[in-house]
Amino acid sequence: MTSGGIGRSVSAWAALAFALFGGTAWANPEPNQLNMTKGAAEWSPYAMHMVALWVCVVIGIVVFGAMFIAMFRFRKSRGAVAEKWSHSTKLEVVWTVLPVIILIFLAHLATGGLTSFADTTKSEMTIKVTGFQWKWRYDYVDYKGKSVDQVGFMSKLEETSDRTRQLKSNLDPDKIKVDGYNTYLLDVDKPLVVPVGTKIRFVIVGGDVIHSWWVPALGWKMDAIPGIVNSAWTNIKEPGVYRGQCAELCGQDHGFMPIVVKAVPKAEFEQWLATQEDEAKIQKAAQTAQTVPAQAPQG
Amino acid sequence: MAHAATHDHDHHGAPKGFFQRWVMSTNHKDIGTLYLIFSLTMFFIGGAFAMVIRAELFKPGMQLVQPYFFNEMTTMHALVMIFGAIMPSFVGLANWMIPLMVGAPDMALPRMNNLSFWIMPFAFILLLSTLFMPGGGPAGGWTMYPPLSLQGESIAYTIFAVHLMGISSIMGAINIIATILNMRAPGMDLLKMPVFVWSWLITAFLLIAVMPVLAGAVTMLLTDKYFHTNFFNAAGGGDPVLFQHIFWFFGHPEVYIMILPAFGIISEIIPTFARKPIFGYRAMVFAIASIAFLSFIVWAHHMFAVGLPMGAEIFFMYATMLIAVPTGVKVFNWVSTMWGGSMTFETPMLFSIAFVILFTIGGFSGLMLALAPADFQYHDTYFVVAHFHYVLVTGAAFSIMAAAYYWLPKWSGNMYSETWGKIHFWSSVISVNVLFFPQHFLGLAGMPRRIPDYNVAFANFNMISSIGGFWFGASQLIFLGVVIHCVFFSKKKAADRSWEGAKGLEWTVPSPAPFHTFDVPPVIHDDELAHGNTEH
Ligand code: HEM
Ligand SMILES: [Cu+2]
Ligand SMILES: [Cu+2]
Repeated sequence: MTSGGIGRSVSAWAALAFALFGGTAWANPEPNQLNMTKGAAEWSPYAMHMVALWVCVVIGIVVFGAMFIAMFRFRKSRGAVAEKWSHSTKLEVVWTVLPVIILIFLAHLATGGLTSFADTTKSEMTIKVTGFQWKWRYDYVDYKGKSVDQVGFMSKLEETSDRTRQLKSNLDPDKIKVDGYNTYLLDVDKPLVVPVGTKIRFVIVGGDVIHSWWVPALGWKMDAIPGIVNSAWTNIKEPGVYRGQCAELCGQDHGFMPIVVKAVPKAEFEQWLATQEDEAKIQKAAQTAQTVPAQAPQG
Repeated sequence: MAHAATHDHDHHGAPKGFFQRWVMSTNHKDIGTLYLIFSLTMFFIGGAFAMVIRAELFKPGMQLVQPYFFNEMTTMHALVMIFGAIMPSFVGLANWMIPLMVGAPDMALPRMNNLSFWIMPFAFILLLSTLFMPGGGPAGGWTMYPPLSLQGESIAYTIFAVHLMGISSIMGAINIIATILNMRAPGMDLLKMPVFVWSWLITAFLLIAVMPVLAGAVTMLLTDKYFHTNFFNAAGGGDPVLFQHIFWFFGHPEVYIMILPAFGIISEIIPTFARKPIFGYRAMVFAIASIAFLSFIVWAHHMFAVGLPMGAEIFFMYATMLIAVPTGVKVFNWVSTMWGGSMTFETPMLFSIAFVILFTIGGFSGLMLALAPADFQYHDTYFVVAHFHYVLVTGAAFSIMAAAYYWLPKWSGNMYSETWGKIHFWSSVISVNVLFFPQHFLGLAGMPRRIPDYNVAFANFNMISSIGGFWFGASQLIFLGVVIHCVFFSKKKAADRSWEGAKGLEWTVPSPAPFHTFDVPPVIHDDELAHGNTEH
């Protein structure tokens, strides 16, 4: 093996170890990904997840270690004779109190996470998300204190994925790629465009049945329920394309209503928003123009 | 004590006619057998649905079934496994063993016992028949969340089936409570009862408390669908989330209904094969009781993502985390029971050890899921699927298999083939981990549950999981073979006390246990009981 080959395999292993124990900033699912994404937003449960995972691993090593020692040492085939004791107040107190202490520590972390997640104040922008069978609707409500005029659209599974996913289509999911990244079932016709470095408040509702809006890189999911208005927030740090899916069973095409969030620099976003508003105005004008002549004779 | 065990000679034996014996049965042993055969059948039917699911998920792209049928499969798989396989098999074990363990001649209410069994086949015929109907079976998930579940055309069948199962469970629970509280032989004090009996006593109260709640929830679904009520219809002033509160008020105790008897079984088997009394008997009983109590105040941990107020999230998070304490006590006590023992590793013990390790892994993921902010990621992903299969398959189902191997000699009078039992064990324990462990990774990487197709990034672990699934499914045919061989063909007769270290009244009666036992209450010697000495 050449030194280059060794180097490559070492770095492959390092990447694997990193994935296992260190985590990476993967924004979208990667082949053979083992761990939760660190996310791309200000709020992320990743650290808490890792703490809880390690707590479990350590307790697991102690408990399973003790079991394996017991299974080895206290075998009848090794001549072990059963002891008679079946009680130890001291031990029982220890293994009741110790877990409580660990739990208080975890609960403290989690309470902090919940408190910051619940705080949707001081957001600079509002987007309304509506779940339908089986697509999402996005409406821009306000941006930097100004209400946004008529910018809203449907966002649904992009067409090649849709054709490929038909039963016995014989089309190859491997072939659906954007920038070398497989986007089978994870791409839409029209993504949600948002600015980075902006605290965005999402208002999430269901249009027919319950759905759940989930982009792993944002760190949370929130149910979209008919008749109930939920809210959540994010502040994306890095520009990028972040993909997610509906996470609440919503009928036959539940697996086929992905979410794509395209985070762009603020200036780019403002430009995009202005274009959208203009387009909406032109469209509206066109509509009025069509209706006005009909009324003209009366006027 | 054995002298008092049977008086078959002055009593009629089993009825001769097939119909008389099985359909009209009021005998706790025969009804127990019926329950066990029924649940094994359901285990294979539910397993077949799981095979369809894993086959479709074998690789990306839709190859085998339509998405709607896939949803029918996930829904039916869960309903059949929960209500058809796990719950009835525990009831079957209760029927067989509780009278034998407490020195009672039969269950307290034998005719009701017959009725509560014979309702079940009808309930499941009703449920399964929907698969052959034009509109198809229920496809909104076993949780039946409205409004989605109300879109299905077979919801009425599902609801009536659930009602029947509920009636059956409640009658079974009443019977078990009545038997335990009234029919114990003199000297079988409550605090000398086997842990299995304790676990069922507590489980029975849980059943009586929550099955009516489920019945209420599904009845409201029914009236919403057919009688224009608006309990859960937002457009009519109702609230879809209300259903989830009611459902999980039933649902979380329900998951403990499926694990407390398992705790009981494991607490019987480990002391037998460690040849050492269970560590902390009273703590074990108390832990079961406190888990049962806590199970009523944690339901909204299934709803962290519905947008609860922060105070509620915090309350349910803390309460859920608290359950880890008594659960931990149980695990530590099992390990301490093994410590200092003189262990042998027959098949029941192997399944029990696997239970302790793998159930604990399910408990670990449970603890992680309890952390609400992290659950915002985990919820409704394959991470949750991995969690509940660790607690239900390697927990509840493994305990049932352990129990079957443990008590088969008593039931059938024959020893099963230890070699094939061990083959079944190793094949199951390896394949079940191949099946479910990678699902943790899938969930963390972002794969939602209940989807029929997925991105290519999830392909490898899904394929591994499917291979594990087919392997695990095939392994259960070995189990079927071992049981049939043991009952009908095994030449090796079982001793009355089939296991060297076994204690308790059930081992004082002959193997196979005669049709009638304890017609005369046994004279109880404390040292023959596992917990005759209440100090521990
Ligand atoms: C240490 C104890 C446990 C804790 C802390 C725990 C916690 C949780 C949590 C928080 C969830 C919700 C996850 C989500 O949907 O996001 C959950 C789901 C579930 N758990 Fe557990 N659990 C524990 C033990 C058990 C046991 C013993 C069983 C059954 C034998 C069980 C069965 C289930 C099932 C069936 C679900 C999923 C229900 C569904 O959505 O379909 N859990 N658990
Ligand atoms: Cu959905
Ligand atoms: Cu629960």
